[in-house]
Amino acid sequence: MTGTAWAWLVLLFPLLGSIVIALGYKALPQKAAGMIGTAAIGLSFACGIAALISLLGEDADARHHASSLWDYASVAGLDIKLGIYLDQLSIFMVLVVTGVSTLIHLYSYGYMQSDEGYHRFFSYLNFFVFSMLLLVLAGNFVLLIVGWAFVGFASYALISFWYRRETATRAGMKAFVINVVGDIGLVLAAFLIFRELGSFDYGTVFERAPEVFSVNEWSVTAICLLLLVGAFAKSAQLPLHTWLPDAMEGPTPVSSLIHAATMVTAGVYLIARTHVLFALAPTAADISAFVGLATLLVAATIALVMTDLKRAIAYSTMSQIGYMVVGVSIGAYGAGMFHLMTHAFFKALLFMAAGSIIAAMANEQNIDRMGGFAKAMRFTSVTMLCGGLALAAFPLTSGFFSKDEILAYAGARGGMYLIFVVLGYFGAFLTAIYTFRLIFRVLQGEPCAEARELIETGHVAHEAPKNPATGEPEDTDVGFPGPEHHIAETSAPMRVAMGVLAFLALVGGLVQVPGVDNVISDFLDPAFEGPVLSHVHPSIEWDWIGLAIGGIISLAGIWAAHWLYVANPERPRALEQRFQALHDFLFHKWYFDEAIDLLVVRPALAIGRFANRTFERFVVDGLVTGTEETVRSAGGIVSRAQNGFVRSYALLLIAGFAGLALYFLLSSS
Amino acid sequence: MNITWYIVLSSLLFATGVLGILLRRSPLVILLCLELMLNAGNLALVAFSRMVGNEQGQVFAVIVMVIAACEVVVGLGLIVAIFRRRLPLNVDDLRELRG
Repeated sequence: MTGTAWAWLVLLFPLLGSIVIALGYKALPQKAAGMIGTAAIGLSFACGIAALISLLGEDADARHHASSLWDYASVAGLDIKLGIYLDQLSIFMVLVVTGVSTLIHLYSYGYMQSDEGYHRFFSYLNFFVFSMLLLVLAGNFVLLIVGWAFVGFASYALISFWYRRETATRAGMKAFVINVVGDIGLVLAAFLIFRELGSFDYGTVFERAPEVFSVNEWSVTAICLLLLVGAFAKSAQLPLHTWLPDAMEGPTPVSSLIHAATMVTAGVYLIARTHVLFALAPTAADISAFVGLATLLVAATIALVMTDLKRAIAYSTMSQIGYMVVGVSIGAYGAGMFHLMTHAFFKALLFMAAGSIIAAMANEQNIDRMGGFAKAMRFTSVTMLCGGLALAAFPLTSGFFSKDEILAYAGARGGMYLIFVVLGYFGAFLTAIYTFRLIFRVLQGEPCAEARELIETGHVAHEAPKNPATGEPEDTDVGFPGPEHHIAETSAPMRVAMGVLAFLALVGGLVQVPGVDNVISDFLDPAFEGPVLSHVHPSIEWDWIGLAIGGIISLAGIWAAHWLYVANPERPRALEQRFQALHDFLFHKWYFDEAIDLLVVRPALAIGRFANRTFERFVVDGLVTGTEETVRSAGGIVSRAQNGFVRSYALLLIAGFAGLALYFLLSSS
Repeated sequence: MNITWYIVLSSLLFATGVLGILLRRSPLVILLCLELMLNAGNLALVAFSRMVGNEQGQVFAVIVMVIAACEVVVGLGLIVAIFRRRLPLNVDDLRELRG
């Protein structure tokens, strides 16, 4: 079988799984739904491996294939095919997505068992994976937009999964609306691409672009900026990021799959996929890089003070995606995608561990109430530590190699790009602090009531379920959220998923060690041929110097976290009081929600209200009632002729005929 | 014989019918007047037919008679129905269909 045939199978299995589970929700036992869901993604992963093997059997330069099943629309100059494009970049994304998704499905299989919506959950989850695969495999911009929108919908459905929670449905709507803003950007970009290049097909577009556009021409810059709107909305970059922390209202496996490992990286993939256009618009690429840098710093500072465990990790996700955006925007494609992969490993793992702890806390997410889980939950603690070390870029873990490679590349480009190095390392320092703040606060210290119960009785605490965001009591009769979620210690599938990811988080970076091996970059590089932003490559010495600096910074950050949160537990509080204003500013997430509310939501509401009061009332209503009045009064005049006197009708008739006869007589003579 | 006399007679008959319809209130008389108008038309048709010398006008006259008969059937039926329901036999009082 050819590579593209395998790629079609990659798409087929999740779609089938979603449909089978959705249609068979009454007939299938609960466990079967989970198994089908997991198996579908597992098969998809296997097909991805097969496609990779078939690609590896070819020359490095010939590893790109387009294949289409049928023509979607072919009219006058428009040729949209239901086609996929298989190259190194898309197969890389396919493997990351399906691989991590398989493990997260496995985790959900255990975690969600007490939820009534089990079938629904797996059907959505499979549908999400299908959409994401469609997005990365799409062979033209139209199919990309289809996948892009499907992913947005799947995200909405999964965030609002516990639809009895008002906070969850609101978060889902927020995510959907902001994603649609991005969709508009992407659609407009596709229109412009078609207008300028006359095709939606990747192959044609990327071939013609260097011939048609000159560097930094306004049209290609506009296209790239519109693409960036789409990418930023999906990848939660400033200022379209506010949906991501709220999306943590969804079940934890969702946060792990969609809002850490896969969907939020779609923007990074988009920038990498359209690298030809960005190479022709270096200004847009620089804007993108600076937005990524701003996001990584802003998110890291917010993560320092968040007290909600999942939201803190969500800000960390934003921050890490900031690194990836910087990477693919300055031309470090291999490094950016490498960081995407390692981030998928350790961030999915961190969310899984967080889910396990939240389950043990009976859905409580406030880290101020947590503590001492190191003794209570050995497995969860160890895996969380693995994920934390990788996130903090502890030497020799996966995050250590991937993050520093991006910064080394920025350093090699020199000049203005040195800002990225300095601030990037500062961000890394913050990353280490906030990561280990979470780990110390949750795992160390005096065991909280729930942890003590777990140590003493071995049972998970059961409290009356309440909404972690508002504290309202929740109705568990309907079963979502279920009365209890499983913790990793009691569920073998969860342990397997977390164990594999912990292993990958620790050693996953070894596939790309400077000067030793360069698997990912060597594999991906042929996909990034053509016009490039820059030809520089960091030398191996500089790579290692960067790694050394990164390692020192990481250790310093961990030490700082220890100094802050363990050595003297009163110190953070003292600091908070001393820098009250700064703390408030960070705690309110830089007032982004308030600013957007003030600048976008309120004006939109005001316009809406004005339209309702003035335009709707006077113009629209006026038109409608005016028409009605005219017809009615005209009808009144005519109806007066219908007076019911037969003889007057006869008179009218005769007079009319007489008039006609007279007319013809006069006109004929 | 000059056609004018026929046409004059026909016009007089027609005018009598029109006046009858416009001035009288009894439905029965109105029906009669209608017949008068139709027959005025018939007279003109037959006269012209004779003048031209073919029979098409006469055929039309026969058809008009048939239609007149049908119309009388319906009209008389209505009048009988009105009478049976003890409604006034006066077209000015029967004006329920006014707009």
